[in-house]
Amino acid sequence: MEGLTLSDAEQKYYSDLFSYCDIESTKKVVVNGRVLELFRAAQLPNDVVRQIMELCGATRLGYFGRSQFYIALKLVAVAQSGFPLRVESINTVKDLPLPRFVASKNEQESRHAASYSSDSENQGSYSGVIPPPPGRGQVKKGSISHDTVQPRTTADPQEPASPVVSPQQSPPTSPHSWRKHNRHPSGGNSERPLAGPGPFWSPFGEAQSGSSAGDAVWSGHSPPPPQENWVSFADTPPTSTLLTMHPASVQDQTTVRTVASATTANEIRRQSSSYDDPWKITDEQRQYYVNQFKTIQPDLNGFIPGSAAKEFFTKSKLPILELSHIWELSDFDKDGALTLDEFCAAFHLVVARKNGYDLPEKLPESLMPKLIDLEDSADVGDQPGEVGYSGSPAEATPSKSPSMPSLNQTWPELNQSSEQWETFSERSSSSQTLTQFDSNIAPADPDTAIVHPVPIRMTPSKIHMQEMELKRTGSDHTNPTSPILVKPSDLSEENKINSSVKFASGNTVADGYSSSDSFTSDPEQIGSNVTRQRSHSGTSPDNTAPPPPPPRPQPSHSRSSSLDMNRTFAVTTGQQQAGVVAHPPAVPPRPQPSQAPGPAPHRPVDADGLITHTSTSPQQIPEQPNFADFSQFEVFAASNVNEEQGDEAEKHAEVLPVEKASDPASSLRVAKTDSKIEEKTATSAPANVSKGTTPLAPPPKPVRRRLKSEDELRPEVDEHTQKTGVLAAVLASQPSIPRSIGKDKKAIQASIRRNKETNTVLARLNSELQQQLKDVLEERISLEVQLEQLRPFSHL
Amino acid sequence: MAVCIAVIAKENYPLYIRSAPTENELKFHYMVHTSLDVVDEKISAMGKALVDQRELYLGLLYPTEDYKVYGYVTNSKVKFVMVVDSSNTALRDNEIRSMFRKLHNSYTDVMCNPFYNPGDRIQSRAFDNMVMSMMVQVC
Repeated sequence: MEGLTLSDAEQKYYSDLFSYCDIESTKKVVVNGRVLELFRAAQLPNDVVRQIMELCGATRLGYFGRSQFYIALKLVAVAQSGFPLRVESINTVKDLPLPRFVASKNEQESRHAASYSSDSENQGSYSGVIPPPPGRGQVKKGSISHDTVQPRTTADPQEPASPVVSPQQSPPTSPHSWRKHNRHPSGGNSERPLAGPGPFWSPFGEAQSGSSAGDAVWSGHSPPPPQENWVSFADTPPTSTLLTMHPASVQDQTTVRTVASATTANEIRRQSSSYDDPWKITDEQRQYYVNQFKTIQPDLNGFIPGSAAKEFFTKSKLPILELSHIWELSDFDKDGALTLDEFCAAFHLVVARKNGYDLPEKLPESLMPKLIDLEDSADVGDQPGEVGYSGSPAEATPSKSPSMPSLNQTWPELNQSSEQWETFSERSSSSQTLTQFDSNIAPADPDTAIVHPVPIRMTPSKIHMQEMELKRTGSDHTNPTSPILVKPSDLSEENKINSSVKFASGNTVADGYSSSDSFTSDPEQIGSNVTRQRSHSGTSPDNTAPPPPPPRPQPSHSRSSSLDMNRTFAVTTGQQQAGVVAHPPAVPPRPQPSQAPGPAPHRPVDADGLITHTSTSPQQIPEQPNFADFSQFEVFAASNVNEEQGDEAEKHAEVLPVEKASDPASSLRVAKTDSKIEEKTATSAPANVSKGTTPLAPPPKPVRRRLKSEDELRPEVDEHTQKTGVLAAVLASQPSIPRSIGKDKKAIQASIRRNKETNTVLARLNSELQQQLKDVLEERISLEVQLEQLRPFSHL
Repeated sequence: MAVCIAVIAKENYPLYIRSAPTENELKFHYMVHTSLDVVDEKISAMGKALVDQRELYLGLLYPTEDYKVYGYVTNSKVKFVMVVDSSNTALRDNEIRSMFRKLHNSYTDVMCNPFYNPGDRIQSRAFDNMVMSMMVQVC
């Protein structure tokens, strides 16, 4: 609250009123009863009364303390005089008449009259209730027979005898507070009995010897009198609790003197300050606190450990419970140590407490320590921004460990300073541009070999990368082997790139993919990875789960797909492998269909024969190419696996279903089976068949063979029994498998269909693998998060 | 919500005990007192291993007809005992754990206060407020 200047008469009047309302002598007047009567008697409209109550802070505190009451009374006077109710009006409006309380309160009027008459007897009659406030009319003081209020006469330290001395009208502004502190020791009483807040005031009373100056200050007039206070402040021997301040007071003298002249300015400033902030620390207060802080901890950015703070504040002779509460309020980050801000807040609270202000339940905003990137307590402009939280219970350590808010700041620093961090932060953003370098780097980067086995651990590899980069950059900037340098000419970017490359490769290795999409255009590097993986998969088809082929379109895509087939084939049965082995060479013979016409012409004949014999639908004719293919394939397979007839049959059965044609396929199958059987009997057949055998069978064929082996086998068997005779004839004619032009189309269509099926299978596989990748990535992220969480703890 | 919360020092004297304002305060005190035996038993049973392997949350100490008593012990053998109403079925174990965690945090804050001498009764207003917030909001 800003300073409330009251004239002597006002002072007296108010105190009387307060005593009148303070029935229980608790020095806290609850907002009911006589206070309300009083206010109603003031003949002010209700809302004005409410406003007054709000302004004086009673609503905030829930009751009328003495100061609040006085302010309220002053406001009543202001309102009655017709001035607008504002906080500043309390002090700015001079020569305000005393608030008039029209009522049947004759006592009040009489009191009023008495106060005006400065009747000491009246006061004396109340002396038992209220000791007149100190620092007020000196004349009256002299006449007051109150024990405690014999400041001017004698420095009588009869503090215990004094009930609560009214708090000074003005809230504890800095000079006041200091003066109070001053008074206290000047009273020569270092031992302040803890009989409640009362004793706190008594020293003020007895220190009123310089109260003339106090008055001057309060009325906001001449500076020189305040200086007396400062002088006395400095002169008092360091005997009391707050004497720790006194050594500083010597230093403060100069500041104080200069400040004294500014005291009035401060007063005015305070008066004009916003009312909502009674806890605001003024400049000189803050300066004082800072000086005190320095006495304990020279480094302003450091901490005051709890024990030192405890000693310091214990000297203030506040009860331990209150000090404990003050500590709780002011130790904002709960680290057991006080920063400068926290110390100032605690000091301020101590001062306020000693002046009778009750401690708030929670820290007022203006006292909260400033945190970087967090609070912006705008109204406290004079508080310098402190470094902020520190999680570590520092023992007056000058440097704070980076906490959450400071991390935000250190990140950019780290980004600039450490290339590693920079790369991390930059990776995602500039990955697009980086990818262009990746391909360049990949061949020139000898570290790819190093990176791969280390999927996640970026730092060591990055360091290594940077070393390499440094070497490279140091060697020759125009080195064509380091194409990175061409574009960006600073090291950081290169390192960025390197690390991004590393990251990419690391990722690749870790996940089996290049996780970020930006690396899609990184064919070479990935190609290198792929080769490794491919070799992996080639050697051990059923190794770790995620060594699937990269989802990147590869020039050798078909190859990879065939590899997939390899894997799947290997998984299925060993029997297939023979057929599998047959397949890779199957791919090149794409122009087989061209050769197909060769044997194709033979086909129709066979087909006819088939038709006639099997009496199946004419669909057989178009199926002939398939038939031919099958036969070729089957011959091929037969040639490979001649001994295992069961396998052959199975293979045939699987080959056949490729077409997915129901009857024709089955018939063909039957034919094939029979042909197979025939071949078993006749060894010459294979020769013929092999001639026509065109490994036209695309890779998917074996898959389908396997997949549908069971399905096809059954009907196959049935038909087999039925049409053995027919098939025998068919088989006989099989050796010469003609290929018609229509068959070409059919073959192409068939191959297209087969390829489509391959695509679907691959797509399914791809999706499954993508899912696996996502899961692995999620795991990785969660692990990283856990690591981050654990890492700060390691500092503790 | 808890009906009674108590903080017991290592030497088994109470540092802080607060009950919901019912008439059974003495009964709660007694329950807390008897639960100390259970706490000690649990500690000794688990204490064969190293202390840091021992879990801080002891869980349900013992149920009575109307109430359930939960326990929690810190590494410095300071015990927190919480009595909850049995009719309060909504309270799950996780919630009890979180309440104990809050208690523990507030207790450490109290400890950090240099003006607090370990072994004193806890008179911190902040601690009090936190405990009150956890108590039964009956009245």
